[in-house]
Amino acid sequence: MHKEFLMGNEAIALGAIAAGVNLVSGYPGTPSSEVLETVAKRRTSDIYVEWSVNEKTAMEVASGAAYTGARCMVTMKQVGLNVASDPLMSLEYIGVKGGMVVLVADDPGPVSSQTEQDTRCFAAFSKLPCFDPSDPQEAYEMVQEAFEYSEQYGTPVFFRPTTRVCHGYASITVKDETEYQPHRFEGFVKDTGRWVIFPRLSYQNHIKIEARNVKLAEDFSRYSRNRIYPACERNQKLKKGVVSGGISFTYAIETLEQLGMARLFKVSTPHPFPEQLALEFLDGLEEVLCIEELDPVLERELNYLCGKHHLPVKIYGKLTGHVKNAGENSRDSVQNDLVQFLGADAGGSPGNPDPPALPARPPVLCAGCPHRASFYAVKTAMKGRKTVFCGDIGCYTLGNAIPLDMVDTCLCMGAGLGIAQGIGHMEPDTACFAFVGDSTFFASAVTGVINAVYNQANMTLIILDNSTTAMTGHQPHPGTGQTMMGEIVQKINIESVLRGIGLTVVETVNPLDYQASLECVKQTADEPGVKAIIFKSPCIALTRPSGSMTVDSRKCTGCRKCIRELGCPALILSEGRVCIDSSLCTGCSLCAQICPAGAICSPKGCTPCPACAVCSPKGRTPDPAGEADASGNNSSCPADDACHLADQGGVHNE
Amino acid sequence: MNKNIILCGVGGQGTVLASKLIAAAAMKKDLPVMSAETIGMAQRGGSVFSHIRIGEGLHSPMIAEGTADVILGFEPGEAVRMLPYLKDGGQVIVSSRGIMPVTAALSGTPYQSGEMISYLKTRTDHLLVIDTEKACRELGSSRVLNMLLLGAAIHSGALGLTDTEIKEVIKERVPEKYHNINFRALEYTHSL
Ligand code: SF4
Ligand code: SF4
Repeated sequence: MHKEFLMGNEAIALGAIAAGVNLVSGYPGTPSSEVLETVAKRRTSDIYVEWSVNEKTAMEVASGAAYTGARCMVTMKQVGLNVASDPLMSLEYIGVKGGMVVLVADDPGPVSSQTEQDTRCFAAFSKLPCFDPSDPQEAYEMVQEAFEYSEQYGTPVFFRPTTRVCHGYASITVKDETEYQPHRFEGFVKDTGRWVIFPRLSYQNHIKIEARNVKLAEDFSRYSRNRIYPACERNQKLKKGVVSGGISFTYAIETLEQLGMARLFKVSTPHPFPEQLALEFLDGLEEVLCIEELDPVLERELNYLCGKHHLPVKIYGKLTGHVKNAGENSRDSVQNDLVQFLGADAGGSPGNPDPPALPARPPVLCAGCPHRASFYAVKTAMKGRKTVFCGDIGCYTLGNAIPLDMVDTCLCMGAGLGIAQGIGHMEPDTACFAFVGDSTFFASAVTGVINAVYNQANMTLIILDNSTTAMTGHQPHPGTGQTMMGEIVQKINIESVLRGIGLTVVETVNPLDYQASLECVKQTADEPGVKAIIFKSPCIALTRPSGSMTVDSRKCTGCRKCIRELGCPALILSEGRVCIDSSLCTGCSLCAQICPAGAICSPKGCTPCPACAVCSPKGRTPDPAGEADASGNNSSCPADDACHLADQGGVHNE
Repeated sequence: MNKNIILCGVGGQGTVLASKLIAAAAMKKDLPVMSAETIGMAQRGGSVFSHIRIGEGLHSPMIAEGTADVILGFEPGEAVRMLPYLKDGGQVIVSSRGIMPVTAALSGTPYQSGEMISYLKTRTDHLLVIDTEKACRELGSSRVLNMLLLGAAIHSGALGLTDTEIKEVIKERVPEKYHNINFRALEYTHSL
């Protein structure tokens, strides 16, 4: 055993490795991505790991492995589970031979997702057991136990941390490599009565699953991580109780350790619910407050129990308006809810009396991001025309911000294609565009293109190809030619895929060449049928900046077109003048290409404005500390710039 | 020793490394550490924070309002945003340089960071404002903001860590060619 400072997701990965996991598959999505990445980084030689093309495929790959008796884990974020639900729902009827952990990270808030769906509800729906860890140490141990339960009961199990557990860090105790338990397995044994789903088999297995979950609920009542806290039970005559799980439990126990006025029940397995233990908890109580995020899962279970056993206990929570029913809990919101419930004395902080107006800092596309150039070219080319711009999930969703304002719709991964077709069928006079990133293209847009071609849609597909899955932290995908096993493989070429489907107009252009891009859009958009433009330019986090641009103060007329139309964060106002922040500018030259006065150029050729130092060529001094070394470790601002770009998370993917 | 430490700023300013160094230094002293930080979309030029908690008996990585021993503000407005977390008598260390949000450039109403510093002065007696622009010029690097603030925090005694302890972990985690500049930045505020 030794200590490490680990992120929750890293702890889960090491836990799985310690449990002898043989295969890990998944699809990137904040807040889950670091689990698979850590397995890839820290794996022992006999572990296979892959980023699959999407969650459905990842689930199927893991299922196959589990059929052989291997231990496997599949990772995704909560909306990814929607994609993977088809194989999973059926898999539960078939069952598994090797332990299978389905890691689904939920995102209360939501911080970087489209929905606030609750995987605990999906567990009840799909009948899978569900584990809900509260902190990195618990997550590390619990994932190992989850493999045991999975194998013992022959079912895949959910492991569902939430954002703050996934991304929280703690110094935790982990096993040394020598203590890892290698998992040996038998291999696939043919048995059509077991592995081939048919209505009759489903019926028989349904009966078994229901019986199993009753047994599992009893088992979970004895599971040490479902626990009633005697530490908080100094007074046996307590009439009030609190039930919680996940990160909310940590907020609740910290508050109750101070207030000490309630019995506390930690539920680590929301499904199947540990009924017996819950009855012990309820015994003698008059009122219970349920502190949980997303859906009122624990609250409904307790209400059900009270009804079933005619218990005179009042259950409060989201359903009764005592806890807010949307958004994430915080350390302070839970404290406030508990103080209210217990009628305790609210100390509290004075807060910020009369603060000055704080600047809003919405996320924006990075300075020099090629997506900005792509959006700007389409926007300018289509000016004055009736258009709809259907966006998708990835960094480029940020194209919705002013001044670009180029995302009219965004729904889920790959949806922009279908939506553009639907709008086009209803409004034939609208020029319909769908924007999709390279990773999203492979994950879920290919079928949409086939549909468009087959059904004679009239639309322009814009592929924003930056050669990576940028938003979730730069994972490789089929177009990058790298795998998580470290192999260099043949790149799948997007243009060939599109031509293979039957598109005849497929243009590839560098978005940072403004004139060429503009011409390309103008010509392509008016072609009949389905046509595609691939804007190809790597994400700025993958390339070295070519040096900052500066504004020539003699030539700049102060029209502010650059700021007004591009919204690049490197273009700033300093003492009323337009300047370029040399620490942000990548030298993409987009602003230089659109400046009507030709006032923006590379530093050598111009007279910088004397007002401030930001855009002086000296602003970007050869910086002894600032240059990233070859490993991408930027040192004295150290790591942060490199690391900040590397672990930007995001929605679902890209 | 129990410490609640908040680092806050704008994405890309170096808060992540600074918080990792603090955590590593505390772990070297066999102290339990928990932390939480902004990860995700908000990192793109958005407001970012790290909560670091050091000491026994912790459950949550998040700090409760009114309980932070120290706030390291990499940007004045962001320090104001985090102020409700500061405990009575807590220490604030802040860089004087404001970072204008894109929205301010677009609307043409520059945001005044001086106002933020004035407000901080009215709210706490333990305020240390570092002229980081001047310091970066003198040190010849624009990328040492985190070391300047970290050094000031150590010097104020609010972290419960020493120069030597932080230098140890820098030596382990940062390539050697950058040690010198980082150490000079770390010590810079000691001579003020
Ligand atoms: S060249 Fe212009 S548009 Fe490109 S990053 Fe620099 S300031 Fe922004
Ligand atoms: S577009 Fe050119 S002339 Fe107009 S403000 Fe920007 S740099 Fe100056």
